Amino acid sequence: MSLTIGLIDYGAGNLTSVRKALAALDAEVLVPHTPQELADVAALVVPGVGNFKATAAITDEWREAIFAAIGTGRPLLGICLGLQWLFEGSTEAPECSGLGLMNGRCDRLPSHLNGANGTPQLLKIPHVGWNTLHFPRLATLFTGIDEGAQVYFTHSYAAPVTEDAAAVTTYGVPFASAVERGQVFGVQFHPEKSGDVGLKVLKNFLESI
Amino acid sequence: MLSKRVIACLDVRDGQVVKGIQFEGLRHAGDPAELAARYNREGIDEVVILDITATLEKRRTMAATVSAVARQIFIPLTVGGGIRSEEDAAAAVEAGADKVSINTAALQNPSLLTLLADRYGSQAVIVAIDAKRDGRGFGVFSHSGTRETGRDAVEWAREATDRGAGEILLTSIDRDGTRQGFHCEMTAAVSDAVPIPVIASGGAGGIDDFVKVFTEGHADAALAASIFHYAESSVRRLKATLRDNGIPVRL
Repeated sequence: MSLTIGLIDYGAGNLTSVRKALAALDAEVLVPHTPQELADVAALVVPGVGNFKATAAITDEWREAIFAAIGTGRPLLGICLGLQWLFEGSTEAPECSGLGLMNGRCDRLPSHLNGANGTPQLLKIPHVGWNTLHFPRLATLFTGIDEGAQVYFTHSYAAPVTEDAAAVTTYGVPFASAVERGQVFGVQFHPEKSGDVGLKVLKNFLESI
Repeated sequence: MLSKRVIACLDVRDGQVVKGIQFEGLRHAGDPAELAARYNREGIDEVVILDITATLEKRRTMAATVSAVARQIFIPLTVGGGIRSEEDAAAAVEAGADKVSINTAALQNPSLLTLLADRYGSQAVIVAIDAKRDGRGFGVFSHSGTRETGRDAVEWAREATDRGAGEILLTSIDRDGTRQGFHCEMTAAVSDAVPIPVIASGGAGGIDDFVKVFTEGHADAALAASIFHYAESSVRRLKATLRDNGIPVRL
């Protein structure tokens, strides 16, 4: 039996890649036009790239439907901007509040740091490319994935490492590359663009349903 | 640690992969989807599809080819060549491209970079710069390297960054197709001048060339076509050598 995944489209980037990866794992994908349609999905995916202010397009009505779905135990996966939205907010758009399911706020990655010999080392922003995952604890999303596995990132803002962190990655500073709390999951990287490791993360998410 | 990326370029014409010597004289090297799948298995970090004749012949990037490649791989896919408008970019994205690469159109209409960055995010917008040694600097050429623009590569890279480009694909016209190695001096000049990643292109002949461009050239990524197409240098062997030289890679 295939499961219907509700893919939230709020106009932040294109959904083609996420849709294609979920389809490759035999999931049915529904892009709901109204919050009411979320009542029928088995799980939710909130993708998104770009500025945090784009999340303002997720209106209160949508938020309530998303909270209701989570309340009935249906898993939610936030990808990239979708992970950041799970937190209280971001310095990128202080006027927009996140879902607040995870404690803390997202902040811009540092543009430089002090090198080993004390000279400032410039860091390119955005953080683009393949970087390593480190696991502070056992996590549903990373079942069967080795410590040090690499995934594809492209972002300028990042979430803090808190007790919710399921994976930690370092680019200048350590940040939460994945979070898990109950059935709420988030990944800063793009599982739909991270080869076999990424597909395995999505598969683990689907298996949590 | 962030890995240095190795990118395979598929120069496509009429649905077939070809590779030119300094943009002229093409020979066949295979089916795009088949090649992309092979590179993915070997551990390539990204794939670029470039419709090399699109600008000259005013053809649009082949959606069918992009779509066929996108079905085979779950790693970043860039499409370039003949993307002249928002509609062209939208067609590439809908076919499965994660990023679009803009060259001549960005030089003619730099606001296209901003328009696309606003719509898809900067991470989806690559400015492709073809440049050639010009005195002490590097001059930018448009129309597949055939027209001098009078612009300086470093200055144009800075402007493109300010206008919303998220990465720079920098090709040395002097080195392209020659297998004499990447132009490390030009790559470092641009990479040191902008805060966004620079992909070096043009001139890859062997594994040592990649080591050099990641060290001396300060490149964030390096792109090649023919050395992968003919299986002369497998991706896995290349990456193992890079790792042995202290360069972080995804293996």
